[in-house]
Amino acid sequence: MEKGVLDDLSRVIPGDRIFLDLAERYCYSYDASFGEYLPEIVIQPKNAKEISEVVKLANIHKIPVYPRGSGTSLSGGPLPVKGGMVLDMTLLRDKLIIDRENMLAIVSPGVITANIHKKAEEAGLFYPPDPSSSNVATIGGNLLENSSGPKGLKYGTTKEYVIGLEVVTPTGEIIRTGGKTVKNVTGYDLTRLIVGSEGTLGIVTEAIIRLIPKPQSKNTFVAHFNHLIDSGHAITSILSSGILPSALELMDNACIRAVESYRPSGLPLHAEAILIIEIDGHPLAIEEEIIKCADLCRAEGASYVKIAETEEERQTIWSARKLVSPAITQMGPTKISEDATVPRSQIPAMMERLNQIREKYELNLVVFGHAGDGNLHPNIITDKRNITEMKKVELAVSEIFEAAIELGGTLSGEHGIGTLKSPYMEMELGITGVNMMKKIKEAWDPNNILNPGKIFPEKGQTKVVLVT
Amino acid sequence: MNLPVKSKETNAEVQNLYSDAYDWTNQCVKCGYCLPACPTYESMGVESASPRGRINLVKMAAEGKIDFQKDLAQPIDLCLGCRACETACPVGVPYGHILEAAKEAIENSQPANQKNKMTKMKKLALVHLFPFPKRMNRVGSVVHLYQKTGLSKLIRRSNVLQKVSPALAHLEQALPTTESSSKRIRKGTIIPAKGETKLRVAFFTGCIMDSMMSRINRLTIELLTLVGCEVILPENQNCCGALHSHQGETKQAKELAKSNIRAFMQAEADVIVNNAGGCGASLLEYEHLLANEHEWSGAARDFSKKSKDISQILYQLGPLPFTEEWQGVVSYQDSCHLRNVQKVQQEPRSLLQSIPGISYVEMEGYDRCCASGGIYNLLHFDESMKILDEKMRNLKETKATTIVTVNPGCQMQMSIGIQREGAAANQIKSMHLVEILAKACGLD
Repeated sequence: MEKGVLDDLSRVIPGDRIFLDLAERYCYSYDASFGEYLPEIVIQPKNAKEISEVVKLANIHKIPVYPRGSGTSLSGGPLPVKGGMVLDMTLLRDKLIIDRENMLAIVSPGVITANIHKKAEEAGLFYPPDPSSSNVATIGGNLLENSSGPKGLKYGTTKEYVIGLEVVTPTGEIIRTGGKTVKNVTGYDLTRLIVGSEGTLGIVTEAIIRLIPKPQSKNTFVAHFNHLIDSGHAITSILSSGILPSALELMDNACIRAVESYRPSGLPLHAEAILIIEIDGHPLAIEEEIIKCADLCRAEGASYVKIAETEEERQTIWSARKLVSPAITQMGPTKISEDATVPRSQIPAMMERLNQIREKYELNLVVFGHAGDGNLHPNIITDKRNITEMKKVELAVSEIFEAAIELGGTLSGEHGIGTLKSPYMEMELGITGVNMMKKIKEAWDPNNILNPGKIFPEKGQTKVVLVT
Repeated sequence: MNLPVKSKETNAEVQNLYSDAYDWTNQCVKCGYCLPACPTYESMGVESASPRGRINLVKMAAEGKIDFQKDLAQPIDLCLGCRACETACPVGVPYGHILEAAKEAIENSQPANQKNKMTKMKKLALVHLFPFPKRMNRVGSVVHLYQKTGLSKLIRRSNVLQKVSPALAHLEQALPTTESSSKRIRKGTIIPAKGETKLRVAFFTGCIMDSMMSRINRLTIELLTLVGCEVILPENQNCCGALHSHQGETKQAKELAKSNIRAFMQAEADVIVNNAGGCGASLLEYEHLLANEHEWSGAARDFSKKSKDISQILYQLGPLPFTEEWQGVVSYQDSCHLRNVQKVQQEPRSLLQSIPGISYVEMEGYDRCCASGGIYNLLHFDESMKILDEKMRNLKETKATTIVTVNPGCQMQMSIGIQREGAAANQIKSMHLVEILAKACGLD
């Protein structure tokens, strides 16, 4: 880093929050996805004003700026792919106010999402989005990636809950969008534009999020299916019966086998699919609805159905799903985690396509995910040191994206485009669609300072490249 | 800018670390689930103070991208080794093994002229003191004399230690009241069970427990005999080697492990019992430590399998014959190595809750390290106290009058914390699980 730039930065940020040593820089070179990029400098800002000053300096000196929360992104959101500066946002965590009267939370971006869950529940309220990383991830990261989790089916995704933001723009101005009202049609909806923009259009420095009353109760049941196609029909018949479960999770046969060989839990090795379904609401309604859903599964050919009788049994049912992650990592050190999403009626067709891809490329491909909203998580387990296999993985990943789009779906349901999916943007949006997005980016960020190298493909980039 | 940076290590050193630890570091999927579990990440707030950051740095070092001394040493040195990250990890990365491999690599890569830089105290203790039971006994006796003669009061009043080293001053005040060496039970003795013999146990005395906390060892043996254990104290047993492993002195740790395996093999006990969470974890890991030494690996595995914490045995053979009611609120601080390595969480709590009259309250953050960390509180005093002060805030919330631990380091650290809080906390007592159980059984 040039001395002049450093001097300028030091006038804005105290030295103990500026990191130049190699060890610390390597600690901000990764996230939970793929790839390693060494930044030139890491800065830990404490407030919007500092960030605004730093971003202005970055525009003067043309230094890329990469905001980062807890680094749990599965799409490369915070990776400093062009070097430059990482802004570690975790120190902006002073504010977590629950406004009970207006049913809102006002939060700093570095607050851990699970802390919002906890504080809201203490006030009898509820913030539904629950990415599986919510004990680690920051709310700022969740908003910018628009990451959701299993509850999206009933309660909608993160963007449905954000109604106001304070944002540092890519040129360093501080703006406010939206406000404290649920209804607001004044001007363009910049709040929704920023949410899910993957840190390319602004750095969120405060957010106003909507809360809803906490459901009184919940219960869970599990259903095993010998045929995948039957589980697909069961999903459709539950969702068209007038009942909306709060979670509807699917595990395929490869997942079941992985869990059983990792920690035998009595799962059926011959079953092609397991559905785990949770229903929340008034206790009396739950009791009736869960029996109805269980009956629907039986009618569609479930070989086994079990409704949890106690909290312990409920936990046991969920533990099978929670064991998937540790179980599949036993199969190899590298995990490529996708989140291609299809209309829910196309789930059986998508599962069939995934089976074909698995057989064609002979890969460890397991599928689980939020079947209720069509958001599947095909995971390929491999070893990035095995170049031949990695080349096959690249082809398989391409085919997964193609399948999702052909079935009327999308590249990403909740992880974001980031670095790996950018070559496929045109396939989904068309060249005009991508160009409209590029125009927005250029208008907001004329110097291409904020999170460059994400969402949009680099020149000539048409396929995912995992190894070179 | 993304080109690998050449490290100064010789290829052999990088290669060694690569073959020792690289596959383990590769198991990390960087999900970050360890971050909220890590006390140093919470108190220091930078990624290099997190398990994920440290694992990645070891990986970078094994790839030859960073320098062992310049880049890797400090982040590794600042780790408490509490291993709460292992409990949090969804994919089972063996952080403890990675940490020790890194420490060994850092230790071995020190240029010869720098080796003396190991702090004098550390060297004195590790090389010349802990491995020698007789010397440790003498330390115990000196401390006893020091406390008995009133010299301790004089020193405290003069404030001289505070001026020399605040870390030492704190530790001095936290020293438990030692017993005269005449009360210590001799090694080589067999103490019969009271009543029917249910189990033959060999007692691992531990070096610090044996010298400075011999009263707790005596009470441990009395409790064991009370629940039907015949207790053997094998001769020639030694320091467990935990502190050596933690400081990268793997060679010496292995020697100590072998001498203990030898000493305990002859006892032919059903169980090898200890009363210090840190030592227990170390004994449990002999299997791993000696896995590559053919003539030892089988014996090490047997040894590790037999090794149990005192709370497990008392719980298994209980209920204890309590004779006294306990007054006041009691809380329990997990010993990290008991919880995260030996996976013992419920037994100490159940034992405490079984004491008649007790009011047991769980403290917020009971599972978080107290930052005693072997000798971490001496080597990194400020970092340690920051974590400890937070713990004391949580402890005061419980209104407890007694805080119980199952490890000498934790017990002393609790005493240090209580002193730091001053008058407001003065009525709180820091006790070993064995002490409170013994008192409730009418033993003293």
